[in-house]
Amino acid sequence: MKMSGAEILIESLKKEGVKHIFGYPGGVVLNIFDSLYDNKEVQLILTRHEQGAVHAADGYARASGKVGVALVTSGPGATNTVTGIATASMDSIPLIVFSGQVSTMLIGNDAFQEADIVGISRPCTKYNYLIKDVKDLSRIVKEAFYLARSGRPGPVLIDLPKDVTVSKAEFTWPEIDIRSYKPTYEGNKWMITQAAHLIAKSKKPVIIAGGGVILSGGSKELRELAEYTEIPVTMTLMGLGSFPGTHTLSLGMLGMHGTYYANKAVQGADLLIAIGMRFDDRVTGKIDAFAPHAKIIHIDIDPTSIRKNVRVDIPIVGDVKRVLTVLNKVLKEEVKEQWGEVRKAWLRQINDWRQERPMTYTHSDEVIKPQFVIEKIYELSKGDAIITTEVGQNQMWTAQFYKFDKPRTLLTSGGLGTMGYGFPAAIGAQFAHPNKLVIDIAGDGSIQMNIQELATAVINKLPVKVAILNNHYLGMVRQWQELFFNERYSYSHLDVVPDFVKVAEAYGAVGFKATKPSEVEPVLKEAFKIKKTVFMDFIIDWKEKVYPMVPAGAAIDQMMFEEQKEKPEKKLKAVK
Amino acid sequence: MRHTISLLVENKFGVLSRIAGLFSGRGYNIESLSVGETIDPQISVMTIVTSGDDQIIEQITKQLNKLIDVIKVVDMTELDHVEREMVLIKVAPRQEDKAEVLRLAEIFRGRVVDSGQKTYTIEVTGDEKKIEAIVELLKPMGIKEFVRTGKIAIAREGIKK
Ligand SMILES: Cc1ncc(C[n+]2csc(CCOP(=O)(O)OP(=O)(O)O)c2C)c(N)n1
Ligand SMILES: [Mg+2]
Repeated sequence: MKMSGAEILIESLKKEGVKHIFGYPGGVVLNIFDSLYDNKEVQLILTRHEQGAVHAADGYARASGKVGVALVTSGPGATNTVTGIATASMDSIPLIVFSGQVSTMLIGNDAFQEADIVGISRPCTKYNYLIKDVKDLSRIVKEAFYLARSGRPGPVLIDLPKDVTVSKAEFTWPEIDIRSYKPTYEGNKWMITQAAHLIAKSKKPVIIAGGGVILSGGSKELRELAEYTEIPVTMTLMGLGSFPGTHTLSLGMLGMHGTYYANKAVQGADLLIAIGMRFDDRVTGKIDAFAPHAKIIHIDIDPTSIRKNVRVDIPIVGDVKRVLTVLNKVLKEEVKEQWGEVRKAWLRQINDWRQERPMTYTHSDEVIKPQFVIEKIYELSKGDAIITTEVGQNQMWTAQFYKFDKPRTLLTSGGLGTMGYGFPAAIGAQFAHPNKLVIDIAGDGSIQMNIQELATAVINKLPVKVAILNNHYLGMVRQWQELFFNERYSYSHLDVVPDFVKVAEAYGAVGFKATKPSEVEPVLKEAFKIKKTVFMDFIIDWKEKVYPMVPAGAAIDQMMFEEQKEKPEKKLKAVK
Repeated sequence: MRHTISLLVENKFGVLSRIAGLFSGRGYNIESLSVGETIDPQISVMTIVTSGDDQIIEQITKQLNKLIDVIKVVDMTELDHVEREMVLIKVAPRQEDKAEVLRLAEIFRGRVVDSGQKTYTIEVTGDEKKIEAIVELLKPMGIKEFVRTGKIAIAREGIKK
């Protein structure tokens, strides 16, 4: 039986097990929307902006480990997805974005609502397609899902001209084989053995775990490696949750706003085992001064990540979970080293650093400290929530003060640093886990970038919580201006911040406000009890900064601390 | 250092812009690029001349390999190989230089492919050095126009450098 392109699309989505897609309609996708109208298996969630739809699909993907799906119209609908796609691309999140396109015979004519989205999205997708013949549709959808989730995952865009959605063809679900795409999953055994011997010989090793551990589902193997070899673990922002934050071997996050002891350990290490991470500049600081004494073992599925920024002694290309499984086996069965005393000395040294400068802040009884709010969220959620963040100080405080014990519990825009990500991502995560507590820890600036999604949350009765750390500033910008631009606060003050309680109420959500530290706990308790969308407006100490901090361009152990008014090296210039 | 990289790619719409976009997006430079079909019409071969230190060249080859439509990447510079380029040069010599132009063409095994009232068009094929040499020699005779194909390269049989 012949089906229309729109029907073939939905049939293909069903084959891929898709239950939710996030989207927004428009002229050229009306046939698809019409086919969705009485479909029971695939539900479309109408967001209030296409950027929101893509972030929601992204949050859904990060929380569930499945491929997120978004559907938008041509022209402005398609261009509105670009930030969402780039966000997913930088963090290797599997996503399919279907964009409508003008009919094939109109393409190139500057037709109404035509945009060359394939051209525009090329550098921020893993791959993209323009479908010209309905006969290719189901195969391309199948290929796209395979590409999105295999190898190093990433977003794939499919541009669907209107006439393709109307034309008819038989539905087929062919086997696919992409001859030019064969990701390497198994690490080279010889290299892994070399790595095991290097680990056995090292006296001061540190593991750096990144988002790749979470993407490959390798947390159990990572823990086994760390515990068996007694090696401390630090994590990148994307890696938080890959190893329990409450574990005695956890050093928390490293890098620009990492812990003192993580950065010290990395700088003092004789061996770094970098797993599923890519040595971003926010992690390494001044590259020539990074880990000067360490040999480096680098495990990553993407060969281009290896030796891109730092020299590597043992490169292992492969899937983190599989490589670690083999590495653990080799360590236990072939190397059989006992570490005992050697490791004790190193762990004692790290503990001294931990005592010297623990991760703390100055408490207050008068003003709400943002770190206090996050500690309370951690405590009251018993660490068992899915946390999303916006970008800025709110994001860094969350990374520092919430202890992530499980993978896929922190959803944050790491690579692109997209303000406006957290709220729609929380909506997506709540669809993936209807019974979980999902909280967006937000800034007053960022939340206004996708605040319209309140409608999406309310209409779908989602109990998403948003904790706004309200400092009336683009706080992170203000922090840089204070520290590096002689306190010249150029356009970082948000003079008018809306009454978030009223905004929430206007959309039919619940709003709370807290201005004193004593109000924080009651507000959170009440909010967590209510099965509705809740905005919490915490008026925080606007002067609070994120510390420790490594100034851009400095080595990661050249850190600034709260009490230290002077900069460590006055000539350091801010390089963003 | 200069490298000549040869790629086999799917002969599909958009492939050239994926490759060009990779170079421009990551700040690598392309000195020349040529594309053509192979015996298998579904596959094209591209020859790219680029430059950079070892680390950059390693990144370039890895990044090219990572593109979904790229089937194979070979850095010709690591192999014993043959390189060729073709140039068409339109010269407008003075009366007294005409013989010299023709003589130069012959020395370089070039061919006069077109001649008119005032100009000769000469075709020369060779490696980069040869092309540059004849261009230098013809310059004083009055080059009006000149077009180069960009380099193509092929590995020699079975011997690794
Ligand atoms: C879309 C976007 N625009 C600009 C920036 C640059 N930026 C980074 S942090 C920040 C301030 C964020 O302010 P707010 O959301 O209030 O968070 P705070 O730092 O105050 O916690 C800005 C403007 C960005 N990351 N994303
Ligand atoms: Mg703010």
